Amino acid sequence: MAITRSDVEKVSLLARLQFSDSELDRLTGELAQIVEYVDHLSEVPTEGIEPMAHAVEVHNVFVSDEVMPSLPRDKALANAPRHNDRAFLVPPVLG
Amino acid sequence: MSSHSSLIESSATAQLELLMRGDLFSVELTQAYLDSIASRDANVGAFLRVEKDRALAQAASVDKRRQSNKPLGKLAGLPVAVKDVLCDQDTITTCASRMLENFRAPYDSTVVAKLKAADAILIGRTNMDEFAMGGSTENSAFQITRNPWDLERAPGGSSGGAAACVAADMAPLSIGTDTGGSIRQPAGLCGVVGLKPTYGRVSRFGLVAFASSLDQVGPLARTSQDAALLLETIAGHDLRDATSLDRPVPAYSQSVAEPLAGVRIGLVREHFAEGLDSEVASAVRDAVAVYESLGATVKEISLPHSKHAVATYYVIAPCEASSNLARYDGVHYGHRTDEAEMLEELAAERKALEAAKDEVGLSRLDSSLVRMYRKSRSEGFGAEVKRRIMLGTYALSAGYYDAYYLKALKVRRLIRQDFDEAFREVDLIAGPVTAQTAFKIGEMVDDPLSMYLVDLYTVSANLAGIPGISLPCGFDKSGLPIGLQLLAPPLEEERLLRGAHMYEQATDWHQRRPEI
Repeated sequence: MAITRSDVEKVSLLARLQFSDSELDRLTGELAQIVEYVDHLSEVPTEGIEPMAHAVEVHNVFVSDEVMPSLPRDKALANAPRHNDRAFLVPPVLG
Repeated sequence: MSSHSSLIESSATAQLELLMRGDLFSVELTQAYLDSIASRDANVGAFLRVEKDRALAQAASVDKRRQSNKPLGKLAGLPVAVKDVLCDQDTITTCASRMLENFRAPYDSTVVAKLKAADAILIGRTNMDEFAMGGSTENSAFQITRNPWDLERAPGGSSGGAAACVAADMAPLSIGTDTGGSIRQPAGLCGVVGLKPTYGRVSRFGLVAFASSLDQVGPLARTSQDAALLLETIAGHDLRDATSLDRPVPAYSQSVAEPLAGVRIGLVREHFAEGLDSEVASAVRDAVAVYESLGATVKEISLPHSKHAVATYYVIAPCEASSNLARYDGVHYGHRTDEAEMLEELAAERKALEAAKDEVGLSRLDSSLVRMYRKSRSEGFGAEVKRRIMLGTYALSAGYYDAYYLKALKVRRLIRQDFDEAFREVDLIAGPVTAQTAFKIGEMVDDPLSMYLVDLYTVSANLAGIPGISLPCGFDKSGLPIGLQLLAPPLEEERLLRGAHMYEQATDWHQRRPEI
């Protein structure tokens, strides 16, 4: 599956990234080369093989439902680029 | 000066004995390392930040408590460097990224909390590839780290600062992380010991996530004895990491000196194929001969799916990274683009599209929030991080999930099954850490795929979740270190450390020092 410049443009929106025209050209070439390399996986027979999501099978992990200290609001806001001491502030979403 | 340099050249274990006997003050030891950093790190660039004042205050506190016979932690007074990817409460944690340049961690990672509880001296934060993505430390947004054995060469990565600071005697112990070889590869290229534990052996809580099913924290040190000491301090179950393993932690530093009698060592046929440098191959074969002289039996084995490991890794790791790094949105923490400028730019674009009556263009124009995300992320992340986010987003996007991610997860199981099969016949697998010794700085920055292939011998252990160790086993004709990698079944770190230690007892590679 060859990756095209328009694929890269679409993916850049999904990834919430933005690239200049020259960056898009460069990325298209680099990603095409990497995708071509990983495409070799399609040749490996995997019928009946269960996907392995984690390296060590850990089954349901339960913890008791106890109230524990959580991050206080001032600490949670401390690294925010913009806040009003109560909430994170973002640019206008509508309009 | 000579006593000073012999102090920092002695092992962490020896230093700890002196501290415990009261023959050495932590303030002296910490100062000796701070002096070493002051004289060497301008050339090496291993540290992003040196925590001088805090380190000396911690050291003074340890000395005071020792003098008044108060209880002390197991590393009391020993300096430890920490890769800048593990949260340390109220101090900067950057992941070598502009995105987190001013981020102060609101809490301690479990590993840092354990080091503090052990009364280790947190001497500084080491450089790395941005968000641990890379194998040369050149992807740091802030500085280049140089290989102490040849300052024109890279230390490897992503834990390049972690390996270089130990190699140059700027810290006796250091903490790295390994997602595809990021502890073992720089350890190999810098001539130190580096261990990647079994997935789940060490808590990932407070470790800034790269690829969550592969990331592990581990020790780098001069010797396997020292690595054992650090591993037993940081390992263990943690309720705040649901993937951490609820198994007792062996006293690695107590058992490390017991040789493995009659150990069965496997040599992987596929590891000695084309691309392996002949000097590296012969150093590894010589190391195996040393094991034979110590009573080991050697058997050739095959890991038939190992040839797919790099491709599998470069699907799984970017997919997980693209998801993990979605959190950097310029809202909760991290870099945000200049809002006024962004809104102005967007208004100008809208005006131009309206003038051109471009309805399609207008319908596709970003909302201000989306544009804020896109610009913040594009300014905050470096090229390699963006490349991997793009690769992962592509592989996970509609229509490709089955072909890439799901397929890679199936091949991952086949890779693991190869190891399970092999470990029925052998106790340890020995081989090279990398195909070549340290490469020149800048040599591979424009060729991402070649850089990815450097991970050939290390990624399988992450995919399979098994532990691996890298230890010095020789030098090439240019005087660059060569690493030997040992792999063991899950939770057999003890076997790895004992195996490494018996080799160290028979050789002196680990005692060589670079001239800086």
